[in-house]
Amino acid sequence: MIKTVGLSKTFDAGVDAVRGVDMTVEPGEIVGFLGPNGAGKTTTMRMLTTLLRPTSGSATVAGRDLLGDAREVRRRIGYVSQSGGIPFGTPLKGELELQGRLYGLDRGTAAGKVAEVVAGLGLDGLETRFGETLSGGQRRRFDIAFALLHDPVLLFLDEPTTGLDPQSRANLWDHIRTLRREKGMTVFLTTHYLDEADALCDRVLIIDHGRIVAEGAPAELKTGGRTLDDVFLDITGRSLREESALTGQGA
Amino acid sequence: MLRDTLVLFRHGLGVTLRQKVGIVVGAIQPMLFLVLFGPIFTTFGTWETLVPGLIIQLGLLSMGLAGFGVVFEKRSGVLERMRVTPASRLALLLGRVLNNAVTLVIQTVVLLAVAFALGLRAPALGLVAGLVLVVVLGISLAALSYSVALTMNEELFAPVMTTAVVPLILLSGSFLPMSMAPGWLDAISRVSPFRYVLEALRDLFQGHYLTGTVGAGVAVTVVFTAVALTVGSRVFNRANA
Repeated sequence: MIKTVGLSKTFDAGVDAVRGVDMTVEPGEIVGFLGPNGAGKTTTMRMLTTLLRPTSGSATVAGRDLLGDAREVRRRIGYVSQSGGIPFGTPLKGELELQGRLYGLDRGTAAGKVAEVVAGLGLDGLETRFGETLSGGQRRRFDIAFALLHDPVLLFLDEPTTGLDPQSRANLWDHIRTLRREKGMTVFLTTHYLDEADALCDRVLIIDHGRIVAEGAPAELKTGGRTLDDVFLDITGRSLREESALTGQGA
Repeated sequence: MLRDTLVLFRHGLGVTLRQKVGIVVGAIQPMLFLVLFGPIFTTFGTWETLVPGLIIQLGLLSMGLAGFGVVFEKRSGVLERMRVTPASRLALLLGRVLNNAVTLVIQTVVLLAVAFALGLRAPALGLVAGLVLVVVLGISLAALSYSVALTMNEELFAPVMTTAVVPLILLSGSFLPMSMAPGWLDAISRVSPFRYVLEALRDLFQGHYLTGTVGAGVAVTVVFTAVALTVGSRVFNRANA
């Protein structure tokens, strides 16, 4: 579903945010992409979702060449960014239908998909409300709804549960598992919650200083009675990192 | 691309028409000039000279600051959510810009209606031709405004654009024809495309259609719009826009 070879990104300021990432994600996997702040997670994700052009390397995403066929890649993937994308001051239903139409759906199909996706995420009745009247958990589920309207085969989630209470996080995990079980969807997500990666992901990739430094199933990595937090700190160290120094938006 | 443009345009228009306050606020300043400055100006000038200037002022204020909208869309992640769809990037720009153009048409028509009540007398053909010219100019201004909003620090956009708009209004000759200006000021104003469009508007409002001034105004508008849309679509295409 995803295959990258030597994927790299150097920003204008000369910052090497991602340095030759090689990775493979199989269809139907839920893969956690972990790393300290500024490690290159968001930059990698923004490249894989066509929002940022790689400096070098190649990638196939959802069966299409990332550089040569970006529009087809977009047609097949869903992406939920850290900031989401909930507009304020307007009912969400119209915005959802607009998003569906931008994915090429006709008006009737878009309306039908909105109803289906909203129901699937347990958001019935809330789609007529304004974004600012919803809770953080509800907004996050609407973020995901925006990304599911066109039935993507691959879903990218950038820190989907940051700032949510434990109930909302657990609820979101259930929805992600359901998407994989019922639709066979592949999910590639970043998170700072290692318990989340442990509970949710089939496999994790750990990136640091722009390079993949470890990968495997959580159970494989947790050797010697260590938790995934222990493994993560052992690999990436305990020194504090500059926030957003290497993200696609911050650099 | 055309389909995506229309989809976005219709959606944006619905939002704009629901939020009528935005249309009114954008037109307040030229309307105040019309009502409070117009009666003074017409003691030595004509409504047909003043009103085109106020329309240019309206265009610069309303369309030049159109980028405010996309600043909020960028901050909230809405723009990025749309940029990850297969929709044409040019359509993401044009849909917004056309919506702004409708706002400008409504504001201009209201301004003209009030101006007529106060004493403006211009031929219908001149008014329609002038409106077309202004709308095309407005489209280019909005495209440029979006480009600036997407490339500039969000906090700087408002002060920079409001500061830039004022000299552009003055140099276009909105309030007094630049032929009255000293040579150096007249020379500077010739760099501004808005001067040519304004002079064309004044000719059109006086029923002079096939003049060199109108030709120059049309040519400047076409070139300016082509440049603005090219810049705008490139910025919308860019990675971090």
